[in-house]
Amino acid sequence: MQRREFLKLSSAVASTALLGGGLTACSEPAEWQKMMTEAPAKITPTVCNICFWSCAAQVHTRGSRLWKITGNPTDSHSEGRLCTRGTGGVGAYADPNRLLKPLLRVSKGGSQSLEPVSWDDALDFIGQRMTKIATEYGPEHFAAMVHGAGAQHFLHLARAYGTDSVAEPAFAQCRGARDTGYFLTFGQGLASPEQTDMENARCVVLIGTHIGENLHNSQVRTFTDAVRNDAHIIVVDPRFSVAASKAHHWLPIRPGTDIALMLAWMNVILAERRFDAAYISTNTVGFDELAAHVAPFTPEWAYGETGITPVQIRETARLMAMAAPACVFHPGRHAAWWGDDTQRARAMAILSGLLGIWGQKGGYYLPEKVDVPSYPAPPYPTPRTSWRDLTLKQFPLAGAPVTNVVLEHSIGKDAFYKGLLVYETNLPMTIPNGAQQLAQAAQALDLIVAIDVQPSEITGFADVVLPECSYLERYDGLRNDAEREPSVAVRTPALRPLGDSKPGWWIAKQIGTRLNLDAFFPWNDYKEVIDWQLNQLGLSLLELEKTGVHYFPRKTPVYCDPGTIPRLATPSGKIELFSATLQETGFDPLPRYTPPKTPPSGYYHLNYGRAPQHSFSRTQNNPVLYQLMPENVVWIHPLVAAQFEISNGSYVRLLNQDGIVSNKVRVRVTERTRPDSVWLAHGFGHEARGLVLAYGRGANDAALMTRILYDPIMGSTGMRGNFVTFRKELAV
Amino acid sequence: MTHYAMVIDTRTCIGCTDCVDACRMENNVPEGLCYDWVVEVTTGRYPDLKTEFRSERCNHCSHATCVEACPTGASQYWNGSNIVVVDATKCTGCKACIAACPYDARLIMQPQGYIGKCTFCVQRVQYGMDPACVAVCPAHAMHFGLLDDPTSNVSMLLAERKNYTLHPETGNQPNVFYLR
Repeated sequence: MQRREFLKLSSAVASTALLGGGLTACSEPAEWQKMMTEAPAKITPTVCNICFWSCAAQVHTRGSRLWKITGNPTDSHSEGRLCTRGTGGVGAYADPNRLLKPLLRVSKGGSQSLEPVSWDDALDFIGQRMTKIATEYGPEHFAAMVHGAGAQHFLHLARAYGTDSVAEPAFAQCRGARDTGYFLTFGQGLASPEQTDMENARCVVLIGTHIGENLHNSQVRTFTDAVRNDAHIIVVDPRFSVAASKAHHWLPIRPGTDIALMLAWMNVILAERRFDAAYISTNTVGFDELAAHVAPFTPEWAYGETGITPVQIRETARLMAMAAPACVFHPGRHAAWWGDDTQRARAMAILSGLLGIWGQKGGYYLPEKVDVPSYPAPPYPTPRTSWRDLTLKQFPLAGAPVTNVVLEHSIGKDAFYKGLLVYETNLPMTIPNGAQQLAQAAQALDLIVAIDVQPSEITGFADVVLPECSYLERYDGLRNDAEREPSVAVRTPALRPLGDSKPGWWIAKQIGTRLNLDAFFPWNDYKEVIDWQLNQLGLSLLELEKTGVHYFPRKTPVYCDPGTIPRLATPSGKIELFSATLQETGFDPLPRYTPPKTPPSGYYHLNYGRAPQHSFSRTQNNPVLYQLMPENVVWIHPLVAAQFEISNGSYVRLLNQDGIVSNKVRVRVTERTRPDSVWLAHGFGHEARGLVLAYGRGANDAALMTRILYDPIMGSTGMRGNFVTFRKELAV
Repeated sequence: MTHYAMVIDTRTCIGCTDCVDACRMENNVPEGLCYDWVVEVTTGRYPDLKTEFRSERCNHCSHATCVEACPTGASQYWNGSNIVVVDATKCTGCKACIAACPYDARLIMQPQGYIGKCTFCVQRVQYGMDPACVAVCPAHAMHFGLLDDPTSNVSMLLAERKNYTLHPETGNQPNVFYLR
């Protein structure tokens, strides 16, 4: 935040005070004076929902007034410190634009609008349409797209109804490619939180991952531990990110050439024999094939592709090998870049395998989670058609439902899907080209339900909009992530739901009742489910509400013995440097480098990422976080700015290679980006008028991603192959 | 004098503005105002760059020109320490302190009109707690404590690491230190 803007904002009010106030003392003490003697606030445990990191937190209230939210001091995700977004969670409750009534689409005189209705009317409407879809086509013709901690309520509802088509953007728009790459190499994907042992690493490698701007809490702490410990930090990024500013080695790579760099790193490690030969022969398969494959990819070759000098490539490869196994490659999130993303993840996984870091201190530790039993319910019916039947023909190794495949199969009269339920995910700004596809799907689908806290873009496509209360007003399922110390944490309501908003669990159960699925919801309040689960673990909800988090002893070691790996779930049981699975399905068994398309003259790579003040496209209207970052800015290199005669702080519109024009966006002229690239924080440029603060502020990167590079292996939507130029805007 | 200091490690500060956010929540800072802020300083030319983030606020100077400039005694040291606070019941909103502050760290509170500023969260410090900004920092880059005590975290950090203050030339003897 620039304080000068704050002064600017307040100057008009200040002069009013000067004229009207006169020189008399204030009648009231200052805020700090009142606080000196204030009684302690009430504390209620919660789990933050501003992002998926799910930090355990404490909500401080005085009566019905929400004061602040702080980290739970005993929690390993937060260590008593919430990030900027979590601290601003107060605004998730206080947002004046929240949805407070169910809405139903009605047609009057040729125009449509969403009108407030009772819960019964909204739920009955959904029940009738879903029953009709089940009767006429079968329940498997219904899909859900979900995100977040409350997603499990709607996954349960969908499975009970009879469909397994429940997709999360977390797969095809985020972690899917990376997890597939690691799965093919190590037999499992990486956990969330990632099991990167950065606090014990001697070398940390980030490839496009911008920790610091990407504010995943415990990861920020462990990254800064690595900085404090003088570990070698190697950051590969076209932008001088915050992480790059902490690094000894910033490699400002040409966008899209990461695989070339990693092949050259492998080349150096193998050519200089900087690996543990005994480890390789015991624990890996396909070493000889890998050695033959990478032999031609020298640092001199990679220089021409990446722009990283052979000296830098050799130096960084040697640093990694010398630090091994205490050398960790952060796999990144949001891995959908260039369409060869599984292969990029494979390259990272192969390097990890070569350096023997799996299960080693300072590499990837072995995460463990608590075995929390499911509440007793009848078995789910088996869908006649599974998501797999539609997806694997197109993307043979997709390990989870693919959002974009669901959308494609929702378009047109003969589309497979007939109804769609969307929970807590703003698809139009999440899936590239998602807004256009949703608009088409809306023409034929019999039902679109959107469940949200705020009137996001997705609600504009819905027949029925159901208002969920914020995470501060509800119970949700236990947090139970695989991590260093197995734990459970609980979200409990600190405040009464505003208006007619309701918790997700209540909404799922009510829809279930209307579908005659009461047997799957054999409880009145979700508290009963949580308490039953905790009872099986020797705890109770009453006890957990006192502490918020509970730890369990590990059953397995956090590291394996040096030089060994646990038995892996790959076909060979070992690290698959060469992937027979990929070969059998017709893909490259070793990562191949494909040169990326370069921008036409006068166009620039559109790079994008996270800002520490916002999560996805879900927080721009949060009045607290809005104060910190009301709009995004486009980063442009000074040489480019000079060429286009664009000045710092002015507004431009971005025009992409297909003629799509963005909303106006402010320019930041900075040396911190490559001259061939611009950079934009994701999530801005909202078009939903109900989001009064966020509406029309900044540019929407997702709308500029009209060239989508699908990963043929698992279906993720590569978003980096788009280029933009500038259109000047009059001063604002 | 009880001598409090804040020590901020620019090596690990990531400029995330969580300190600003936590301060605003803790102290019920009105919309549009803040008691602390983050400055980014980038030097060099691509690709030889250096970026430093600095979380800035009132320096709680040992020789505070704002306290001297206040005609009513509203700007004062808290409880025999170097923590500078404003007693709103004595503040006329004359802004002499704003002119006297080398750090631009004072604000006119709305709608009351008294002068507001960082208090090092004295309501927390009185119980031995860290200010909200220090307590929240996800990078663990911020430290708070007593300079009188040579074994305190802040004293030891300042003894071990190169550091600087802002505008030392004013003679105000600021107490917010930045580790290089």
